[in-house]
Amino acid sequence: MGFLDTEFSDSNIVITKSEDLLNWARLSSLWQLSFGLACCAIEMMATSASHYDFDRFGVIPRPSPRQADVILISGTVTLKMATRIKRLYEQMPDPKYIISMGSCANCGGPYWEHGYHVLKGIDRVIPVDVYVPGCPPRPEALLEGLLKLQEKIRNERLRKTA
Amino acid sequence: MSVEEIIQKLKDKFPHSEIIIDNELPVEPFVVINALELPQICKFLRDDESLLFDTLMNLSGVDDNNATKVKDEEGNEKLEGRTLSVYYHLHSMKLDHKLALKVSVPIEKPEVESVESIWKCADWHEREAFDMYGIIFLNHPNLIRILMPYDWEEGSYPLRKDFETPEFYNGMKIPY
Repeated sequence: MGFLDTEFSDSNIVITKSEDLLNWARLSSLWQLSFGLACCAIEMMATSASHYDFDRFGVIPRPSPRQADVILISGTVTLKMATRIKRLYEQMPDPKYIISMGSCANCGGPYWEHGYHVLKGIDRVIPVDVYVPGCPPRPEALLEGLLKLQEKIRNERLRKTA
Repeated sequence: MSVEEIIQKLKDKFPHSEIIIDNELPVEPFVVINALELPQICKFLRDDESLLFDTLMNLSGVDDNNATKVKDEEGNEKLEGRTLSVYYHLHSMKLDHKLALKVSVPIEKPEVESVESIWKCADWHEREAFDMYGIIFLNHPNLIRILMPYDWEEGSYPLRKDFETPEFYNGMKIPY
Protein backbone atom coordinates (compact mmCIF):
# COMPACT_ATOMS: atom_id res chain seq x y z
CA MET A 1 0.00 0.00 0.00
CA GLY A 2 1.00 3.63 0.35
CA PHE A 3 3.09 5.38 2.97
CA LEU A 4 0.49 6.69 5.33
CA ASP A 5 -0.56 3.34 6.71
CA THR A 6 3.02 2.48 7.66
CA GLU A 7 4.42 3.59 10.98
CA PHE A 8 7.98 4.76 11.14
CA SER A 9 9.79 4.34 14.41
CA ASP A 10 12.45 6.97 13.86
CA SER A 11 14.03 9.28 11.26
CA ASN A 12 12.17 11.06 8.52
CA ILE A 13 13.86 9.42 5.57
CA VAL A 14 11.85 6.99 3.51
CA ILE A 15 13.53 4.91 0.86
CA THR A 16 11.49 3.79 -2.08
CA LYS A 17 11.73 3.23 -5.80
CA SER A 18 11.26 6.35 -7.91
CA GLU A 19 8.71 4.48 -9.97
CA ASP A 20 6.63 3.72 -6.90
CA LEU A 21 6.90 7.27 -5.66
CA LEU A 22 5.76 8.75 -8.98
CA ASN A 23 2.94 6.26 -9.32
CA TRP A 24 1.82 6.90 -5.76
CA ALA A 25 1.81 10.64 -6.33
CA ARG A 26 -0.08 10.32 -9.59
CA LEU A 27 -2.77 7.98 -8.37
CA SER A 28 -3.36 9.94 -5.18
CA SER A 29 -4.27 13.23 -6.82
CA LEU A 30 -6.14 12.48 -10.02
CA TRP A 31 -7.64 15.81 -10.94
CA GLN A 32 -10.63 15.32 -13.14
CA LEU A 33 -11.65 17.63 -15.95
CA SER A 34 -14.79 19.45 -14.82
CA PHE A 35 -16.92 18.17 -17.65
CA GLY A 36 -20.18 16.26 -17.91
CA LEU A 37 -22.43 15.18 -20.76
CA ALA A 38 -25.77 13.66 -19.79
CA CYS A 39 -27.55 11.81 -16.99
CA CYS A 40 -24.27 10.07 -16.03
CA ALA A 41 -22.96 13.53 -15.19
CA ILE A 42 -25.61 13.78 -12.47
CA GLU A 43 -24.26 10.59 -10.90
CA MET A 44 -20.74 11.93 -11.33
CA MET A 45 -21.69 15.11 -9.50
CA ALA A 46 -23.33 13.04 -6.77
CA THR A 47 -20.05 11.13 -6.48
CA SER A 48 -18.19 14.42 -6.12
CA ALA A 49 -20.56 15.69 -3.44
CA SER A 50 -20.19 15.08 0.26
CA HIS A 51 -22.13 11.84 0.50
CA TYR A 52 -19.72 9.84 -1.68
CA ASP A 53 -16.84 12.34 -1.49
CA PHE A 54 -14.64 11.80 -4.54
CA ASP A 55 -12.12 14.09 -2.86
CA ARG A 56 -11.07 11.39 -0.42
CA PHE A 57 -9.33 9.71 -3.38
CA GLY A 58 -7.76 13.01 -4.41
CA VAL A 59 -10.23 13.63 -7.22
CA ILE A 60 -11.21 17.25 -7.57
CA PRO A 61 -12.71 18.89 -10.65
CA ARG A 62 -10.47 21.29 -12.59
CA PRO A 63 -12.10 23.66 -15.05
CA SER A 64 -9.13 23.69 -17.42
CA PRO A 65 -7.88 20.70 -19.42
CA ARG A 66 -4.33 22.02 -18.89
CA GLN A 67 -4.58 21.14 -15.19
CA ALA A 68 -6.50 17.89 -15.50
CA ASP A 69 -5.17 14.34 -15.24
CA VAL A 70 -8.30 12.34 -15.92
CA ILE A 71 -11.34 12.93 -18.09
CA LEU A 72 -14.59 11.19 -17.18
CA ILE A 73 -16.75 10.65 -20.25
CA SER A 74 -20.04 10.80 -18.37
CA GLY A 75 -22.83 10.41 -20.87
CA THR A 76 -23.96 10.14 -24.48
CA VAL A 77 -21.30 11.28 -26.91
CA THR A 78 -22.89 12.89 -29.93
CA LEU A 79 -20.87 13.19 -33.11
CA LYS A 80 -20.91 16.95 -32.64
CA MET A 81 -19.49 16.59 -29.13
CA ALA A 82 -16.95 13.91 -30.08
CA THR A 83 -14.82 16.42 -31.99
CA ARG A 84 -14.84 18.69 -28.93
CA ILE A 85 -13.94 15.85 -26.57
CA LYS A 86 -11.03 14.91 -28.79
CA ARG A 87 -9.83 18.51 -28.66
CA LEU A 88 -10.16 18.60 -24.85
CA TYR A 89 -8.26 15.34 -24.54
CA GLU A 90 -5.48 16.63 -26.74
CA GLN A 91 -5.23 19.77 -24.59
CA MET A 92 -4.59 17.74 -21.43
CA PRO A 93 -0.93 17.28 -20.47
CA ASP A 94 0.52 13.78 -20.15
CA PRO A 95 0.12 11.56 -18.21
CA LYS A 96 -3.61 11.52 -18.83
CA TYR A 97 -6.30 8.94 -18.24
CA ILE A 98 -9.83 8.31 -19.42
CA ILE A 99 -12.71 6.71 -17.59
CA SER A 100 -15.65 5.87 -19.83
CA MET A 101 -18.75 6.04 -17.67
CA GLY A 102 -22.02 4.34 -18.55
CA SER A 103 -23.38 2.41 -21.51
CA CYS A 104 -23.58 5.39 -23.87
CA ALA A 105 -19.91 6.26 -23.57
CA ASN A 106 -18.94 2.57 -23.63
CA CYS A 107 -20.82 1.47 -26.75
CA GLY A 108 -23.63 3.86 -27.65
CA GLY A 109 -26.09 2.48 -25.10
CA PRO A 110 -29.76 2.73 -26.14
CA TYR A 111 -28.74 4.68 -29.25
CA TRP A 112 -26.67 1.85 -30.70
CA GLU A 113 -29.08 1.08 -33.54
CA HIS A 114 -31.01 4.20 -34.48
CA GLY A 115 -28.73 6.89 -33.11
CA TYR A 116 -27.68 8.61 -36.32
CA HIS A 117 -26.09 11.34 -34.18
CA VAL A 118 -24.35 9.23 -31.51
CA LEU A 119 -20.80 7.97 -31.46
CA LYS A 120 -21.00 4.25 -30.62
CA GLY A 121 -18.33 4.25 -27.95
CA ILE A 122 -15.86 6.95 -27.00
CA ASP A 123 -13.01 4.49 -27.66
CA ARG A 124 -13.53 5.15 -31.37
CA VAL A 125 -12.02 8.59 -30.77
CA ILE A 126 -9.76 8.45 -27.70
CA PRO A 127 -8.12 5.53 -25.80
CA VAL A 128 -10.06 4.43 -22.72
CA ASP A 129 -8.41 3.14 -19.52
CA VAL A 130 -11.43 1.99 -17.53
CA TYR A 131 -14.98 1.21 -18.64
CA VAL A 132 -17.69 1.57 -16.00
CA PRO A 133 -20.89 -0.27 -17.00
CA GLY A 134 -24.34 0.91 -15.96
CA CYS A 135 -27.13 3.16 -17.14
CA PRO A 136 -26.22 5.28 -15.34
CA PRO A 137 -23.71 3.59 -13.00
CA ARG A 138 -24.28 4.21 -9.31
CA PRO A 139 -21.66 6.32 -7.53
CA GLU A 140 -20.28 3.15 -5.96
CA ALA A 141 -19.61 1.77 -9.45
CA LEU A 142 -17.82 4.95 -10.47
CA LEU A 143 -15.71 4.77 -7.30
CA GLU A 144 -14.86 1.18 -8.18
CA GLY A 145 -13.84 2.37 -11.64
CA LEU A 146 -11.56 4.97 -10.11
CA LEU A 147 -9.98 2.36 -7.82
CA LYS A 148 -9.37 0.20 -10.89
CA LEU A 149 -7.67 3.14 -12.57
CA GLN A 150 -5.53 3.71 -9.47
CA GLU A 151 -4.56 0.06 -9.58
CA LYS A 152 -3.56 0.47 -13.20
CA ILE A 153 -1.43 3.53 -12.42
CA ARG A 154 0.18 1.78 -9.45
CA ASN A 155 1.56 -0.89 -11.81
CA GLU A 156 2.91 1.51 -14.40
CA ARG A 157 6.58 1.28 -15.33
CA LEU A 158 8.87 4.13 -16.35
CA ARG A 159 11.06 1.93 -18.48
CA LYS A 160 9.83 0.13 -21.50
CA THR A 161 9.31 -3.51 -20.70
CA ALA A 162 10.50 -5.97 -23.27
CA MET B 1 -63.74 30.79 -28.62
CA SER B 2 -64.20 27.33 -30.10
CA VAL B 3 -62.25 26.12 -33.11
CA GLU B 4 -65.36 26.31 -35.29
CA GLU B 5 -65.93 29.94 -34.39
CA ILE B 6 -62.29 30.78 -35.06
CA ILE B 7 -62.45 29.11 -38.46
CA GLN B 8 -65.64 30.99 -39.34
CA LYS B 9 -63.82 34.18 -38.44
CA LEU B 10 -60.90 33.23 -40.66
CA LYS B 11 -63.21 32.39 -43.55
CA ASP B 12 -64.98 35.73 -43.20
CA LYS B 13 -61.66 37.57 -43.21
CA PHE B 14 -60.08 35.58 -46.06
CA PRO B 15 -63.02 34.66 -48.32
CA HIS B 16 -60.85 33.60 -51.27
CA SER B 17 -58.47 31.39 -49.31
CA GLU B 18 -58.57 27.68 -48.92
CA ILE B 19 -59.22 27.07 -45.23
CA ILE B 20 -60.11 23.49 -44.35
CA ILE B 21 -60.87 22.03 -40.96
CA ASP B 22 -59.55 18.55 -40.37
CA ASN B 23 -61.21 16.74 -37.47
CA GLU B 24 -60.90 13.17 -38.69
CA LEU B 25 -57.94 12.33 -36.50
CA PRO B 26 -58.54 11.46 -32.85
CA VAL B 27 -56.73 14.63 -31.81
CA GLU B 28 -57.85 18.24 -31.58
CA PRO B 29 -59.19 19.54 -34.90
CA PHE B 30 -56.70 21.53 -36.90
CA VAL B 31 -56.90 24.02 -39.71
CA VAL B 32 -55.20 23.32 -43.03
CA ILE B 33 -54.16 26.47 -44.85
CA ASN B 34 -52.15 27.43 -47.91
CA ALA B 35 -48.40 27.84 -47.33
CA LEU B 36 -48.29 31.14 -49.23
CA GLU B 37 -51.03 32.76 -47.13
CA LEU B 38 -49.48 31.74 -43.84
CA PRO B 39 -48.00 35.14 -42.85
CA GLN B 40 -51.24 37.09 -43.42
CA ILE B 41 -53.35 34.53 -41.57
CA CYS B 42 -50.89 34.31 -38.68
CA LYS B 43 -50.70 38.08 -38.37
CA PHE B 44 -54.48 38.26 -38.30
CA LEU B 45 -54.66 35.51 -35.67
CA ARG B 46 -52.20 37.36 -33.48
CA ASP B 47 -53.60 40.87 -33.83
CA ASP B 48 -57.38 40.48 -34.09
CA GLU B 49 -59.09 41.73 -30.94
CA SER B 50 -61.23 38.63 -30.56
CA LEU B 51 -58.45 36.11 -31.27
CA LEU B 52 -55.18 37.46 -29.80
CA PHE B 53 -53.01 34.38 -30.33
CA ASP B 54 -49.97 35.82 -28.62
CA THR B 55 -48.10 32.55 -28.08
CA LEU B 56 -46.69 30.01 -30.49
CA MET B 57 -46.57 27.00 -28.19
CA ASN B 58 -44.93 24.67 -30.66
CA LEU B 59 -43.89 24.41 -34.27
CA SER B 60 -43.03 21.02 -35.66
CA GLY B 61 -42.18 19.47 -38.99
CA VAL B 62 -43.61 16.18 -40.25
CA ASP B 63 -42.67 13.93 -43.14
CA ASP B 64 -46.09 12.75 -44.33
CA ASN B 65 -44.50 9.96 -46.39
CA ASN B 66 -47.62 9.91 -48.54
CA ALA B 67 -46.16 9.34 -52.01
CA THR B 68 -48.36 7.41 -54.44
CA LYS B 69 -47.29 5.33 -57.43
CA VAL B 70 -47.93 7.04 -60.76
CA LYS B 71 -47.27 5.68 -64.25
CA ASP B 72 -45.71 8.03 -66.78
CA GLU B 73 -46.10 7.81 -70.61
CA GLU B 74 -43.54 5.01 -70.97
CA GLY B 75 -45.22 2.94 -68.30
CA ASN B 76 -42.53 3.40 -65.69
CA GLU B 77 -43.74 3.64 -62.14
CA LYS B 78 -42.84 6.80 -60.29
CA LEU B 79 -43.48 7.98 -56.75
CA GLU B 80 -45.20 11.33 -56.61
CA GLY B 81 -47.13 13.62 -54.33
CA ARG B 82 -45.06 13.25 -51.19
CA THR B 83 -45.43 16.22 -48.86
CA LEU B 84 -43.76 17.70 -45.83
CA SER B 85 -45.94 19.47 -43.29
CA VAL B 86 -45.48 22.08 -40.61
CA TYR B 87 -47.81 22.21 -37.61
CA TYR B 88 -48.31 25.35 -35.55
CA HIS B 89 -49.85 25.17 -32.08
CA LEU B 90 -51.13 28.53 -30.99
CA HIS B 91 -52.44 29.71 -27.67
CA SER B 92 -53.92 32.95 -26.47
CA MET B 93 -52.81 33.94 -22.99
CA LYS B 94 -55.44 36.67 -22.75
CA LEU B 95 -58.45 34.75 -24.02
CA ASP B 96 -57.28 31.23 -23.19
CA HIS B 97 -58.13 29.43 -26.39
CA LYS B 98 -56.07 27.27 -28.67
CA LEU B 99 -55.69 26.55 -32.36
CA ALA B 100 -53.61 24.16 -34.44
CA LEU B 101 -52.59 25.09 -37.97
CA LYS B 102 -51.12 22.91 -40.67
CA VAL B 103 -49.45 23.71 -43.97
CA SER B 104 -48.24 21.09 -46.45
CA VAL B 105 -45.64 21.59 -49.15
CA PRO B 106 -44.31 19.24 -51.86
CA ILE B 107 -41.02 17.60 -50.93
CA GLU B 108 -39.41 18.72 -54.20
CA LYS B 109 -39.87 22.36 -53.19
CA PRO B 110 -40.48 22.48 -49.42
CA GLU B 111 -40.79 26.23 -48.98
CA VAL B 112 -42.89 27.81 -46.22
CA GLU B 113 -43.00 31.45 -45.18
CA SER B 114 -41.31 32.07 -41.84
CA VAL B 115 -43.42 33.28 -38.92
CA GLU B 116 -40.35 34.46 -37.04
CA SER B 117 -41.39 38.08 -37.52
CA ILE B 118 -44.77 37.32 -35.93
CA TRP B 119 -43.70 35.09 -33.02
CA LYS B 120 -40.03 35.45 -32.13
CA CYS B 121 -39.85 31.97 -30.62
CA ALA B 122 -40.40 30.48 -34.09
CA ASP B 123 -36.74 31.23 -34.83
CA TRP B 124 -35.24 28.09 -33.29
CA HIS B 125 -38.32 25.94 -33.96
CA GLU B 126 -38.02 26.67 -37.65
CA ARG B 127 -34.31 26.00 -37.60
CA GLU B 128 -35.02 22.62 -36.04
CA ALA B 129 -37.65 21.78 -38.68
CA PHE B 130 -35.11 22.81 -41.32
CA ASP B 131 -32.39 20.74 -39.66
CA MET B 132 -34.48 17.57 -39.36
CA TYR B 133 -36.70 17.74 -42.49
CA GLY B 134 -35.09 20.26 -44.84
CA ILE B 135 -38.11 22.56 -44.84
CA ILE B 136 -37.01 25.96 -46.15
CA PHE B 137 -38.48 28.87 -44.21
CA LEU B 138 -38.49 31.89 -46.48
CA ASN B 139 -37.42 35.21 -44.91
CA HIS B 140 -35.99 33.50 -41.84
CA PRO B 141 -33.10 35.65 -40.52
CA ASN B 142 -30.67 32.81 -39.83
CA LEU B 143 -31.74 29.50 -41.31
CA ILE B 144 -28.83 27.21 -40.37
CA ARG B 145 -28.68 23.81 -38.68
CA ILE B 146 -29.38 23.91 -34.96
CA LEU B 147 -28.88 20.36 -33.64
CA MET B 148 -26.78 18.58 -36.23
CA PRO B 149 -23.20 19.78 -36.79
CA TYR B 150 -22.83 22.72 -39.16
CA ASP B 151 -20.68 20.62 -41.49
CA TRP B 152 -23.24 17.79 -41.66
CA GLU B 153 -23.76 16.62 -45.22
CA GLU B 154 -25.88 19.09 -47.15
CA GLY B 155 -29.27 17.72 -48.14
CA SER B 156 -29.13 15.01 -45.47
CA TYR B 157 -32.09 15.38 -43.10
CA PRO B 158 -32.24 12.75 -40.34
CA LEU B 159 -35.99 12.63 -39.65
CA ARG B 160 -37.04 12.16 -43.25
CA LYS B 161 -38.45 8.69 -43.76
CA ASP B 162 -35.95 7.85 -46.51
CA PHE B 163 -32.94 8.96 -44.47
CA GLU B 164 -30.06 6.53 -44.29
CA THR B 165 -27.35 6.90 -41.69
CA PRO B 166 -24.07 7.78 -43.38
CA GLU B 167 -21.12 5.45 -42.90
CA PHE B 168 -18.75 8.13 -41.61
CA TYR B 169 -18.80 11.63 -40.18
CA ASN B 170 -15.42 13.43 -40.11
CA GLY B 171 -13.60 10.10 -40.12
CA MET B 172 -15.71 8.71 -37.26
CA LYS B 173 -17.63 5.53 -38.05
CA ILE B 174 -21.31 5.99 -37.23
CA PRO B 175 -22.99 2.53 -37.47
CA TYR B 176 -22.55 0.23 -34.48
